[in-house]
Amino acid sequence: MSEMVLLLIGAALVNNVVLSQFYGLCPFLGVSKQVKTAASMGLAVIFVITIASAVASLIYDFVLTPLDLQFLQTIVFILVIAGLVQFVEMFLKKSSPALYQALGVYLPLITTNCAVLGVALQNVQNEYNFVSSVVNGIGTSVGFTIAIVIMAGIRERNENNNIIGPLKGMPIVLFTAALMAIAFNGFSGLI
Amino acid sequence: MNGAYKERIINGIIKENPTFILVLGMCPTLAVTTSAINGIGMGLSTCAVLILSNLIISLLRNTIPDQVRIPGYIVVIASLVTVVELILRAYIPALYDALGLYIPLIVVNCIILGRAEAYASKATPLLAACDGLGMGLGFTIALTLIGIFRELIGAGTLFGLHVMPAGYQPVAIFVRAPGAFIVLGILIAVLNGLHIKNNSSKKVEGCAGDCCSCGKEACGDRKEEQRIEG
Repeated sequence: MSEMVLLLIGAALVNNVVLSQFYGLCPFLGVSKQVKTAASMGLAVIFVITIASAVASLIYDFVLTPLDLQFLQTIVFILVIAGLVQFVEMFLKKSSPALYQALGVYLPLITTNCAVLGVALQNVQNEYNFVSSVVNGIGTSVGFTIAIVIMAGIRERNENNNIIGPLKGMPIVLFTAALMAIAFNGFSGLI
Repeated sequence: MNGAYKERIINGIIKENPTFILVLGMCPTLAVTTSAINGIGMGLSTCAVLILSNLIISLLRNTIPDQVRIPGYIVVIASLVTVVELILRAYIPALYDALGLYIPLIVVNCIILGRAEAYASKATPLLAACDGLGMGLGFTIALTLIGIFRELIGAGTLFGLHVMPAGYQPVAIFVRAPGAFIVLGILIAVLNGLHIKNNSSKKVEGCAGDCCSCGKEACGDRKEEQRIEG
């Protein structure tokens, strides 16, 4: 049990997916203008990564390994993720319109969020079993959500600041991310 | 005709440089550039995938039905990435270990799918391959440049050789995560200062170059705006 807690904290804070491993940077930089949209994006990511890491782990253990096809993992995982996202979108639309309203726009974007594929491949590389894979998935995606919500909060404040010319736009966002990454480095002594 | 090929290559390297002008494919750009040699390795791997995927997708452009083109492109790209991954593992194991998971993650590099959708699916095979070559080289140059800065400041070396004076104290943070953001931020700020137009200021409104899936889907923010307007 304590192992799982450590894995969860490790994935969420110590090896934060965005700030120390650079997975999923595109939505992190792109959809972080407002706290509200950032939070919805984070929620959608938690949803998809958790399901995707569970499904990818099952497929790897029960389809690819018995058939000795591990080298096909990249192709299989990306197709599974793309199909899964489509399926989740259709399912939510039918069964829970409220949730679909909140997450709908973000779901198609997540297909190629490298964090999803990254976590699935990471689980395989570290030889996690099913439960560890799911825990790692949850931890990673929660870490993503924490990072993107903090980022959005800072950017909302930055909006009113007088930023000198060349730093406007992308550079100031990158510097903010750098400061956040330094702060998150502080977690490295936690485990 | 010759000029058109040359134009594609130069376009990719300078006019539409994927990293500095289009601001695409940020994840590998920031993650693997801890040293110049890693930057070159990642750039060339991506370049190889880009040339071949552009070529194959251009050859198949009349065969793939429009509705399933994105999954079709992804299968082509993922197969090529797997080939590159196996080749690197067999012949350059040191680079394979250094790049780690970022090799399979070339699949989701926005540049590749972006070029397939934006150019290769409409152009003749040779032009598409030249476009891939240009974009790939532009990406390689950008990654190498970032790698050189980070390695020089963060470790005091260049391509593994000590170049800084003996008394130089390396600023280790530059080879760690924050340094990546800082170096890219400074480089883009310099380009902004020189008034070289890039998409970053425009894109940051909507999607900051998350063009992975952007095939036709606008990004979250932009869609939301449309929804509010509509």
